[in-house]
Amino acid sequence: MGSNDLQKQAPNIVVWVLLLALPLWLPYVGGYMELGSRVVVLALAAMALNFLLGYTGVLSFGHAAYFGLGAYGAGMTIRYLVPSTGVGLLVGTLVGAVAGAIIGPMIIRLRGVYFAMVTIAFAQVFYFIAFRWNSVTGGDDGLTGWTRLPIHLGFTTIDILHNPVAFYFLVLAVFAVAVGVMAWLLRSPFGRTLIAIRENERRARFLGIPVDQHIWISWTISCAVVSVAGALYALLNNFVDPRALYWTQSGDFVIMAVLGGMRSFWGPLIGAAIFVVLQDYLSSQTENWMSFVGLFFVLVVMFFPRGILGIIRRKVAS
Amino acid sequence: MTLLRVENLSKHFGNLIAVDGVSMTVEPGELRAVIGPNGAGKTTFFNMISGFLTQTSGKIVFDNKDISNLLPARRVWRGIARTFQITEVFPELSVRENLRVAVEVAAGLRLSPWLSAARDRGIRARIDELLGMGGLAAKADRLVGEMSHGDQRACEIMMALALKPRLLLLDEPTAGMGDQETYDITQLIRRLHRDEKLTIVLIEHDMRVVFHLADRILVLAEGKMLAEGTPKEIAANEAVQAAYLGKVAA
Ligand SMILES: Nc1ncnc2c1ncn2[C@@H]1O[C@H](COP(=O)(O)OP(=O)(O)O)[C@@H](O)[C@H]1O
Ligand SMILES: [Mg+2]
Repeated sequence: MGSNDLQKQAPNIVVWVLLLALPLWLPYVGGYMELGSRVVVLALAAMALNFLLGYTGVLSFGHAAYFGLGAYGAGMTIRYLVPSTGVGLLVGTLVGAVAGAIIGPMIIRLRGVYFAMVTIAFAQVFYFIAFRWNSVTGGDDGLTGWTRLPIHLGFTTIDILHNPVAFYFLVLAVFAVAVGVMAWLLRSPFGRTLIAIRENERRARFLGIPVDQHIWISWTISCAVVSVAGALYALLNNFVDPRALYWTQSGDFVIMAVLGGMRSFWGPLIGAAIFVVLQDYLSSQTENWMSFVGLFFVLVVMFFPRGILGIIRRKVAS
Repeated sequence: MTLLRVENLSKHFGNLIAVDGVSMTVEPGELRAVIGPNGAGKTTFFNMISGFLTQTSGKIVFDNKDISNLLPARRVWRGIARTFQITEVFPELSVRENLRVAVEVAAGLRLSPWLSAARDRGIRARIDELLGMGGLAAKADRLVGEMSHGDQRACEIMMALALKPRLLLLDEPTAGMGDQETYDITQLIRRLHRDEKLTIVLIEHDMRVVFHLADRILVLAEGKMLAEGTPKEIAANEAVQAAYLGKVAA
């Protein structure tokens, strides 16, 4: 590996070492394991959103729909159908991905703020269904009466229910696969067509790229990954409620991506970490914690349009 | 055999008739210029041929097939590539990355999640070939958005060329350029026409360029065909002189 390759790989190495060693260092900075899992789960959601926002140039303000579908899909599967964490994860992911794939063709022709608005509208539809359909979803009280279950591997059993470190590593393993797939795609010819669309849709079209089709694929991948995150989120909380589908949840994903830096692959992870830690700390100090997060967000966007990671990158470069 | 046949093409924008019943045939290997004063409808004419706009009436036949109602990407697949009056490139990517997108799409890899090492070597070789042809080899790793106007235009032309088009449409390739850049681009177009035997239709303002390059010229004015012929015939045409060349000389 040349020094150039090493420089390119350095951020990846740092991120993976920090994530893998999290159970070792987190207690020393006052964190606890559930908080770590929460950061990784929400980071996955923000990175999924950013596949679309940062790398295709399409802003969705309704990703909570697929996050929530993943969460309900996982929770309801375990509650009603199959008492298995793995099956719940799988079904949750499929539900969100299929919903995204079906809704996609109805919205991919829209651009900019129109696209964002229609994604919100669809998300609100799912929100009201979850809210109203009491008998199945538990309505406003949420879906209770189930928990994630230990994973049986034949030769051994991993108790992800009672062992937070074991659960963290399950989350991290799923995160690694999903993030790996996205990184792989972004470095492929297909991924380059997405970046081309972000850079200049007209040029992309007149190179013979059927732009709407490529946006649909990107959208569907993004929805699939965000529903993986949603399913993990349900497992993390042993609970789902309609707030997972609410538009403010979509907004949180956008904030995380923009805060961390949507032009960098790991930016949304940084954004999610800051968001979750601020939320955890501030919400114990004040009712108005969201105002502080909002203020912080506005300051970053005003002074550092490329996000937190954008600042760090510039420091390293200079 | 005719490559492109445009029949009675018109475009209305509300009350404005931007293009009014224009016909044109282009033979393989021809270099055709379309000229006319500002607002004559030249760009609109190109926009309809490339599928950027839908015609109000008329027909576009390419390689004996009616393409009048095909989406832009499908016309590209048939072999029509274009550049724009205001250069359209990927500004935050390097020249090499710009060309890579075009070369990979041309190789049918647009949906591919994977590129084998052998395939990648072929792609790289093709990019290098295009970089050399466009005089961009020394600037290959610069961001296109940070380059001079002339270099951006050369990059855009090479991207169109990467598609191995059968017909290349160039909308004012030398617009807004200095003498040296105009000369370089003119030489590039001439090479493509002579050496690559490419069929080209270009809109051009600079009369030196037009008379230097074109086999035949189509003159538009206020959306209508004013004249059509060889550069010599056009230069001698009184209506053209009155409507257009006179204005330039004045
Ligand atoms: N999208 C559009 N909507 C309305 N009017 C247009 C549009 N595009 C071009 N026009 C009008 O059509 C006429 C021809 O424009 P254009 O084809 O750009 O001319 P040229 O390229 O010869 O300078 C102009 O009057 C212009 O204002
Ligand atoms: Mg024009």
